[in-house]
Amino acid sequence: MTETLNLKPGQIKGTSGIWEMVIGLEIHAQISSKSKLFSGASASFGSDANSSVSLVDAAMPGMLPVINKFCVEQAVKTGLALNAKINNISVFDRKNYFYADLPQGYQISQFTKPIVGEGEIIIDLDSENQTVVGIERLHLEQDAGKSLHDQHPTKSFIDLNRTGVALMEIVSKPDIRSPQEAGAYVKKIRSILRYIGACDGNMEEGSLRADCNVSVRRPGDEFGTRCEIKNLNSIRFIIQAIQSEAERQVDIIESGGKINQETRLFDTSTGETRSMRSKEDAHDYRYFPDPDLLPLEFSNEWVAEIKETLPELPDSLKKRLIKDFGITPYDASVLVEEKEYTDFYIKAANGVDGKLTANWMITELFGALKKENLTLENSPVSPENLGKLVGLISKGIISGKIAKDVFSEMMISKKSPAEIVREKGLEQVSDDKEILKLIDKVILENQEKVKDYLGGKDKLFGFFVGQVMKLSQGKANPGLVNKLLKENLK
Amino acid sequence: MSDFLKLDLLGASIALKNKEISSVELTNAYINAIEKTSSLGAYLDVQADYALEMANRSDKKIQQGTAGPLEGIPIGVKDMFCTKNIKTTASSKILENFYPTYESTVTQNLWNDGAVMLGKLSCDEFAMGSSNETAAKGNVINPWSKTNPMSPGGSSGGSAAAVAARSALAATGTDTGGSIRQPAAFCGITGLKPTYGRCSRWGIVAFSSSLDQAGPLTRTVSDAALMLNSMAGYDVKDSTSANISMPDLMTYLDNSIKGKKIGIPKEYTQDGISQDIMKFYESSINWLKDSGAEIVPVSLPHTKYALPVYYIIAPAEASSNLARYDGVRYGARNEAATLDEMYELTRGNGFGDEVKRRIMIGTYVLSSGYYDAYYLKAQKVRRLIKEDFENVFKNVDYLLTPSTPTTAFELGQKQDPLTMYLNDIFTVPASLAGVPGISIPVGLDSSGLPVGVQLIANSFDEPGLINVARTLEKCADFNLIPDGAAK
Repeated sequence: MTETLNLKPGQIKGTSGIWEMVIGLEIHAQISSKSKLFSGASASFGSDANSSVSLVDAAMPGMLPVINKFCVEQAVKTGLALNAKINNISVFDRKNYFYADLPQGYQISQFTKPIVGEGEIIIDLDSENQTVVGIERLHLEQDAGKSLHDQHPTKSFIDLNRTGVALMEIVSKPDIRSPQEAGAYVKKIRSILRYIGACDGNMEEGSLRADCNVSVRRPGDEFGTRCEIKNLNSIRFIIQAIQSEAERQVDIIESGGKINQETRLFDTSTGETRSMRSKEDAHDYRYFPDPDLLPLEFSNEWVAEIKETLPELPDSLKKRLIKDFGITPYDASVLVEEKEYTDFYIKAANGVDGKLTANWMITELFGALKKENLTLENSPVSPENLGKLVGLISKGIISGKIAKDVFSEMMISKKSPAEIVREKGLEQVSDDKEILKLIDKVILENQEKVKDYLGGKDKLFGFFVGQVMKLSQGKANPGLVNKLLKENLK
Repeated sequence: MSDFLKLDLLGASIALKNKEISSVELTNAYINAIEKTSSLGAYLDVQADYALEMANRSDKKIQQGTAGPLEGIPIGVKDMFCTKNIKTTASSKILENFYPTYESTVTQNLWNDGAVMLGKLSCDEFAMGSSNETAAKGNVINPWSKTNPMSPGGSSGGSAAAVAARSALAATGTDTGGSIRQPAAFCGITGLKPTYGRCSRWGIVAFSSSLDQAGPLTRTVSDAALMLNSMAGYDVKDSTSANISMPDLMTYLDNSIKGKKIGIPKEYTQDGISQDIMKFYESSINWLKDSGAEIVPVSLPHTKYALPVYYIIAPAEASSNLARYDGVRYGARNEAATLDEMYELTRGNGFGDEVKRRIMIGTYVLSSGYYDAYYLKAQKVRRLIKEDFENVFKNVDYLLTPSTPTTAFELGQKQDPLTMYLNDIFTVPASLAGVPGISIPVGLDSSGLPVGVQLIANSFDEPGLINVARTLEKCADFNLIPDGAAK
């Protein structure tokens, strides 16, 4: 353990020295579009098998693809949000291979001329550190269908609902150096996609999946041979899979072996990767330009129009939250992770203490939602009510401690905090006379301790505060109790 | 011969509109003709009842005065066009029981304009062939056959044979490298391949997407103009369809061609071309000259590469286009224990030799390590061939060439695929360039077989093409009917 303390994140201490990971990610993001990339069929998730399949999707003879303009706009929007070069001319290619859930016998994708070229994004590693990850390209492609192998003892079933659904493949440069960075990168991409509405980012439903290319090397050396881990659908799995794969590679190299370039799958039950197919078995996809589709061409003016529609993106929003609400960079980065967080926060912090609101939202609200397995979207506590609660605290109407009880009640009853405070009589006692009565009682009942305190045992002061608070059932204003106790214990 | 069969499309159309004949009468005459000529094998599927139902409807429309331009005209449809609820096989075993739930744009356009559907016509399997011999259901016989059965050409062999044999007033075809023009030449009829993009490809079984183009096979140039008027049009469902409107071709038929420049490409009069064809080619040049055109010798220097380029690009696209016939969703399937075996058996049994050959060639030229040397190079040369045409059309209005190097050959005569491919040598360049071409009959050779010549125009100049073709047609005055035609 002491040895590993000197390692940078993503480094592995082997028997022969330190190894560094080199990671590149291919993210497949399903475009939030009502219809598919080249057909009018619905692209919604969860409908009955083979109920959203057009003649084009089923590859009936003579059917032709027609590009969905909305999907092109989303790809351009995403490219702009990734600070990437938009290619005014791009070409659709056919990627040819046979599989039962690929009706055309080819996937329409973009190979040599993608719609978006190089770009870069900034990712937050922790509260202080950021790093830049390069984007290699973004291209549009069709999703394949789904093979169901567990429905019949000898047959496989095919569901073509996903066939032809629009995907963006976002390819990073091999700039990532640790599993945590990879996780942060995916989080950031997901966040950007959700901000601009190009993809719902729902990893459980498969709207966002990643293939991870992993290799290891001596720090600063040439790249090693890489393996690709396919189809990871959670950030946790991405982190686990990369770590386990890098360790596997280090073990092989250190025991004198060589890494075979291959495609691997992550087994979530063992937490390890296993071989899917080697480079020798890789398909020859016979890419060539799809003669059914013209090159995609658009003007700079059109790109500029799309740019106009972009909302404020997380990086800029983070700066604004820090400036306008005085919150810490760390809190701000948490609050801009999701557009809903930001929207909720801005509503909640309206007119009240921003810092306190951020604390309450990140610690109490997120904690409570997680415990109840709820999302912010269906939070029982509205942003307005959270703001009001913060207001009650700031104004001294309730103490922080009471506020926690009020908050718990809000999670259950959805009532406004003022209502709960009123109903339960939880208002803070800030009346001097009321508090003095309690102080008198405590002094009277604790004569010995008063003597000790006056004799120099300063530490006993806390005891008196506690007794008074107890007597008030927590409602006494702690500041006032302090002040009045000091005046009366002389 | 029945008087009804003597009318060409234009003549029949006028007679119908004048209520001299009814569509039911006309259609019945063609249904009889189909029966009488059934030994030619032109039809794969005859839709007699459906045709009469359509004819009936047409007669009502004519009575009501709401007739379309092709109202009541009985035509045949090449089996490459998907026809709703009517079996569509592309002459392949792999689609032997395929009934589309949709209608191709081109045939829908024809029905919308009043045409009557007689049935589906044979062709080479997936339109791959130049003799109609690759059709799964067997050969089609050229109605001009003498003692031995002759090929009608291909791939639209059924269409050409039916029009020549008077068992369809007109027919649709598709042309990828000459599949309309070459069979039209072999069968002594007119065949027009429009500009690429003029007719929608939606609903036509794809062979080679960057080359496939639908067009009419008819008895006369006027008939071709009438048919194309209805077939052509922009279609949002085909991204490669051209959003360029085509004027009514009938208004261009009889314009003077005085002063028009006709290019005579030197690359099209090579060795191996038959003497008879050369004779009629030279006559055609003189006829156009006599009609006031200026004859200009021109050169299309990359012509010699057209055939090799075509036999890389077309199979490459075909290998991908035909991947969908995998036995999973429709068409024939041979059950097997594994998916790969099912593919092998289904495709092994479902496709004929020529289709397999082209899938193999196409797969090869696209495979990694060979792509640059074959497919990419072929695309570059295709560009040069296209530029040849662009350059030559800066100086001349039309090109005149022979349609084919020989007239029709006997069935089974050309066993070697390469010899067969040479048939398309004069038609392939225009396909690669995407420009329109028309083959019209100009005479009979010494064996009594039709000779065709080809006119080629610049992209989207179908009006001019029709005009010069009609002029040449008048000069040639070819009005012979084959012995194999319905009597």
